[in-house]
Amino acid sequence: MTQADQGSFVSLKGIGKSYSGNRVLGDVSVDFYPGEVHALAGENGAGKSTMMKILSGVIQPDDGELLVHGRRVEFTSVLDARALGIAIIHQELSLAGNMTVADNISLGNEPRRRLFRDRRMTDERARELLARVGADFAPGVLVSTLSPGQQQLVEIARALGDEPSFLILDEPTASLSEGEAERLREIVKQLRAAGIGIVYITHRMAEISELADRITVLRDGRVIASLDGGTDMEEVVHLMVGRSIENAFESGRPSPGEPVLVVDSMSGAATAPATFAVRSGEIVGMAGLVGAGRTETARLIIGADPQHAGSVSLNGNRLTGRTPKKTVRQGVVLLPESRKEDGLFMQQSIADNICLSVLGTAARLGFLRRRQLAKVASDYIAMLGIRCAGPNQLVSELSGGNQQKVLLARCLAQSPKVLILDEPTRGIDVGAKAEIYEAVNRVAGSGVGVLMISSDLTEVLGMSDRVLVMREGRLVATLAKNESSEDTIMRYASGVATPQTTEQMRQAHT
Amino acid sequence: MTNSGTTTTAVTPTSQRRRTSAVIGDIYRRTGMAAVLIILIITMSVTAPNFLTAANLLDVASQTSVVAILGAGATFVILTGGIDLSAGSALGVGAMVAMVLASAGAPGVVCVLACIAACTAAGLLNGFFIAYWGLPSFIVTLAALTYLRGLVYVGTNGTTVFLPTLDFAWLGQGTVLGVPVPVIIMVLVFAAGWLIINRTVFGRHVLSVGGNSAAASLAGISVRKTLLWVYIIAGICVGIGAVISAARLQSASPTIGTGYELNAIAAVVLGGTSLMGGRGSILGTLVGALIVGVLANGMTLMNVPSFYQLIVQGAVIIAAVGIDKLSTRRRR
Repeated sequence: MTQADQGSFVSLKGIGKSYSGNRVLGDVSVDFYPGEVHALAGENGAGKSTMMKILSGVIQPDDGELLVHGRRVEFTSVLDARALGIAIIHQELSLAGNMTVADNISLGNEPRRRLFRDRRMTDERARELLARVGADFAPGVLVSTLSPGQQQLVEIARALGDEPSFLILDEPTASLSEGEAERLREIVKQLRAAGIGIVYITHRMAEISELADRITVLRDGRVIASLDGGTDMEEVVHLMVGRSIENAFESGRPSPGEPVLVVDSMSGAATAPATFAVRSGEIVGMAGLVGAGRTETARLIIGADPQHAGSVSLNGNRLTGRTPKKTVRQGVVLLPESRKEDGLFMQQSIADNICLSVLGTAARLGFLRRRQLAKVASDYIAMLGIRCAGPNQLVSELSGGNQQKVLLARCLAQSPKVLILDEPTRGIDVGAKAEIYEAVNRVAGSGVGVLMISSDLTEVLGMSDRVLVMREGRLVATLAKNESSEDTIMRYASGVATPQTTEQMRQAHT
Repeated sequence: MTNSGTTTTAVTPTSQRRRTSAVIGDIYRRTGMAAVLIILIITMSVTAPNFLTAANLLDVASQTSVVAILGAGATFVILTGGIDLSAGSALGVGAMVAMVLASAGAPGVVCVLACIAACTAAGLLNGFFIAYWGLPSFIVTLAALTYLRGLVYVGTNGTTVFLPTLDFAWLGQGTVLGVPVPVIIMVLVFAAGWLIINRTVFGRHVLSVGGNSAAASLAGISVRKTLLWVYIIAGICVGIGAVISAARLQSASPTIGTGYELNAIAAVVLGGTSLMGGRGSILGTLVGALIVGVLANGMTLMNVPSFYQLIVQGAVIIAAVGIDKLSTRRRR
């Protein structure tokens, strides 16, 4: 059993881990080799992160053993793992935004000269490491001014500072734009070529297909399959979820009706005047790179940020003096991009989160009718298939996909006329994605106008009746279903194609 | 269940385990401090002479009532993630207004209403700066702590306003069926506070603003209005406390209420309400206030000098909150 594979750098042998009697990882044996990208695939809750925590010394396994270069090791902390050359980059970035890139890179390991820190050395080392990841920004800039993709590069540069021989990347591209993600994948390939072993966790199947030399599929805390990089992704997905997900986008919706939301020359601090409409029963996709002004547009519509000029009308009535409170009342509801920061109340129950915006309708003289609220919550839990212990479970205990469903449930509970979804499936697993698509299609089918912002082009193309493309704060194209393709969208989003004229866009609306 | 397939089996046991531990945690949070209070009462019954008599226990409750009522208001503020440092000074203003009016011959009803109105106005002003100007509550109420105390000095002319007879004295000194009126008022305030937090739409809004104000705003809740009302409620509570204080002492000294805000905050924290906002319990605040009250009373009965009492009080706060923190961490 403990016959260690000669070439492997790190091996897990029969690793098991339980939390208060519940087995989250059982009898897991995997070998990781240098100079290979080893993808871990599995739905949320499959045990990927537990495995990563064991590999990087954050937690210790109950059973089994961990071998490095064939020798049995026991990590008591992250530092032990790091000393053996194992570095991890967590999904949530851990940079101090108020400090410079160079200071972040040398954080905890500051070069010093006698009592003082050596600033020149700090900068020099940062510059060297940044060059290795192909970063184009200076070591002296503040981290808070960088884009998520650039920050991810800083994280990698910092990890490389320890000269690791084994690097774990946990969903490194989850919050990156397509262009940034592509660059990150290039860097991963370079690191692989340099002989570094890489564990890569992602929900993007295309990335696995592009990068992986080896794929380990986890399900319910067990290794379901170890596959070659060339495996068909359909099969990987099938193994991950234990069922096949076909036609996730299939809708059978009736064709859209009259315009319900009309945005006319609306502009704000970060966006140029934009004109578009969303019809009832229509799903309008909004594509663009991160920072193209899509979230800003959504916030302008619902009145979260002040509008500079233009107007927004709902069913022909102009919405003036918009605030989130007013627009929500009138039926324009936003599912915000960041469910943790702008969406959910982590310390509160599922029921409280779902019912928050409809408390008024379920109250008598300000007092809550709790039975009615419980029913509303249970209905949505059933409708969206939220997997939980019950409506009173805390939202913080749910997986990302189920949290997202709770947030969607709150939006739906407000009986919207227009639903604006900002990155509705970011960072969630394929199964949950399919369920969200189904719900959105159903909502649109019932006559709601849907504006869906997404960086996932497959999703934009699969779901949308029309696609709006934004670039640098401007609406640059409106594409009908038959004109839109990944290629066309990317050409407009990246500025390769000349923006459409206002006339062209107007035609696309009619 | 059937179409959810394997994920169900993966998620449910974990969640149930977590749920059980969450429930245990919740029970602990709700009763943990109550257990501390009971242990404290038992200890005091054994060691302090005359502690366990009906008269003394009612006395403790009565003495605790003002800080507890201030704590009820502070619970609302702290649930939104704010802090109110001005409660003690505002109480001074209220007591001053009541006594100055009473000495001018105003009827008791007028004195009481004016007192509550003055404190409510002070709360409203805090709330206005915090909610509509976006100033930090710490700064706004720190400033109020100072200027309101200044007002008390101006109003009392720097001397104690004392009246040998006061027609609303019964609010601080009277009893109904043997129960001191301040205790009855305290119970009513906490009952109302509990109802508002747990059973009304407004209560949910308070928790959501404290839990995640960005999300609350996007969900269509008026964060500003919620904050404003929270400080108004805190002001009303201070007003009620001021009436009891003035009625009990039949006087308003320039320093009346000094430091009460910190005792109120200590009661809230002992009661398990998170200073970060969004999580807490108003009944916990009552327990927290009683812990402080019982401790002070017991030590006095045991003839512990008051200087030493302060040291013990501070140590007990650290110990109680520290134990709570440790036991929460172990469960994680």
